[in-house]
Amino acid sequence: MLIYIGKRIVMALMVSVVVSFISFMILNLSGDPAIALAGADASPEEIQVIRVQYGLDRPVIVQYIEWIGRALQGNLGVSPYFNMPVKDLIGARIGVTLILGTCAFAFAILLAIPLGVVAAIRPNTWIDRTALTISVFGQALPNFFFGLLMIIFFGVILQWLPISGDDTWKHFIMPAVALGYYASPSLMRLTRTGMLEVLGSDYIRTARAKGLKTFSILFKHALRNAIIPVVSLGFVQFGYMLGGAFIIEYVFAINGIGFLAVQSIQRADLPVVQVIVLLLSVIYVSMTLVADIINAFLDPRIRAN
Amino acid sequence: MSALLEVKGLRVDIPLEAGILHAVRGVDIVVERGKTLALVGESGCGKSLSVLSVMDLLPQKAKWRADKIFFDGKNLNDADTSPMANIRGSKIAMIFQEPMTSLNPCYTIGNQLEEALLTHKQVSRKDARDRAVFLLEKVGITAAASRLRQYPHQLSGGLRQRVMIAMGLMCGPPLLIADEPTTALDVTIQAQILALLAAIQKEFDMGMILITHDLGVVARIADHVNIMYCGQVVESGSAIDLFNNPLHPYTQGLLRCIPIPGKTAPGAHLGSIPGMVPTPIGQQVGCVFQNRCEYVHDPCRSSIVEATRISDGREYNCLLTPEVCRTNMSKGLPK
Repeated sequence: MLIYIGKRIVMALMVSVVVSFISFMILNLSGDPAIALAGADASPEEIQVIRVQYGLDRPVIVQYIEWIGRALQGNLGVSPYFNMPVKDLIGARIGVTLILGTCAFAFAILLAIPLGVVAAIRPNTWIDRTALTISVFGQALPNFFFGLLMIIFFGVILQWLPISGDDTWKHFIMPAVALGYYASPSLMRLTRTGMLEVLGSDYIRTARAKGLKTFSILFKHALRNAIIPVVSLGFVQFGYMLGGAFIIEYVFAINGIGFLAVQSIQRADLPVVQVIVLLLSVIYVSMTLVADIINAFLDPRIRAN
Repeated sequence: MSALLEVKGLRVDIPLEAGILHAVRGVDIVVERGKTLALVGESGCGKSLSVLSVMDLLPQKAKWRADKIFFDGKNLNDADTSPMANIRGSKIAMIFQEPMTSLNPCYTIGNQLEEALLTHKQVSRKDARDRAVFLLEKVGITAAASRLRQYPHQLSGGLRQRVMIAMGLMCGPPLLIADEPTTALDVTIQAQILALLAAIQKEFDMGMILITHDLGVVARIADHVNIMYCGQVVESGSAIDLFNNPLHPYTQGLLRCIPIPGKTAPGAHLGSIPGMVPTPIGQQVGCVFQNRCEYVHDPCRSSIVEATRISDGREYNCLLTPEVCRTNMSKGLPK
């Protein structure tokens, strides 16, 4: 088990390095950072001064090594727009994003897994159909649109919930639901399919032949086997909720990483964008790592490989 | 003393788009205490469905009913007596055809063995573990204590089937059902597992239902045999009598398929039964074996063919008299 985890961590680190390198290159290819810094109406001489001042005249590979070296020491650079260290900008916003992502993930799991299990126990009944309807809506509605509908209904008409900001827990309800609901259909369908397959398996017949209680058959024997692909997908989606909630944070004016990312891209605030891209890749890679470790804990055959 | 298990008139129907599939049509099963009953027949004849109905483990779609079902003196058709879940595993244990997939891959052997006992009896974990070790040794597994920590994927098919047998024995059930327990195993392992089942059955004095299509196996370990064809028991009797004196044309056909060392000449053609099993959808008029029978005559196609009782436990479903049947067998097939 420890060897397995060790191998996975080494692989995750390698993936992070490669992703950070590629994203650094692409960002440098997508526009001249010196022009962005100097402003649109700067003269070529001014741009050249900036280019030398920020070390942008050197080869990209050298810039990358310097940047990643500083980043590893905790120096993430300075945002020219805010004139503040990027570390402080991120630090001030990451908490809000974590809360939103975690709430959305919890909502998605709590909606998807019970519905998926119930739909699998009673396939092709009204329960299954209801669950299917819920998931079709979730899949078909873009999350920002669902967010806007909720704002109109719960925020404007009923005035139950605040529609923008992140001051109280009430502010997180609608964005978390919007974000989580969008992620839940695929998790639910995967749970349903997995449970249906597992419930028809030989070892479930064995469990029934042993006279086990229905609860033990469903949750001890069936769900543990059926949940493995759901864990893999779920944590990728958790990564998306933590790092990719750009639109939802924007719609609900939540001052998190996603909001900062959208603003920084508009302002061509390259140091900030670069760190956010790096952060996202680290989040995705670590979520995949967490999913792998949980699955290895659930299924001994995975640890054996 | 009454029989351990007595089922009369068992029927299993499976609704399909093409009509109702009468998979089991009025089967009687009687298992005496400490004796082995073999259910023999080709694939799809309803052997497995019959025992799965007794365990109430049929797929949801299939519906079963029986005129009478008594186990250990209790009427299981009576809703007031203990529900099947309390009997499954504790009083009737079952082992299956597919040892490779019949154990849960996520739990250790020990966990799955102990669970079988802990579900039904108020015993400590330690007692359950001791019983598991004891039974693993009984079924011929070495280093039993350390095996408890292993997972199914670390064991071979033969070992997994031994684990399944040990798991069936955890509660000391009076009846063990083995549904083609050796079909998925290597030939050498098959012989070991069968010898083990026979030995275990004697030692624990259990009743056993053995489902198989291997007549050689039946001859070695069964006391009583039900020959099944197309959802019916076409002939039943004690193993010795049935093998020496097969009456039903189907049983005779099966026995002709077996080469006998010393008697069957090298290179000689083995017997075979022509034709295919009919799909049992809808009601069938006349004898179930009429399409494939060498001795079919007009009444077979129209009359209701019911079991003819010759002596206690010796029955066959054929319109021919026992004398004619015996002559047929000794004469060989009509040319």
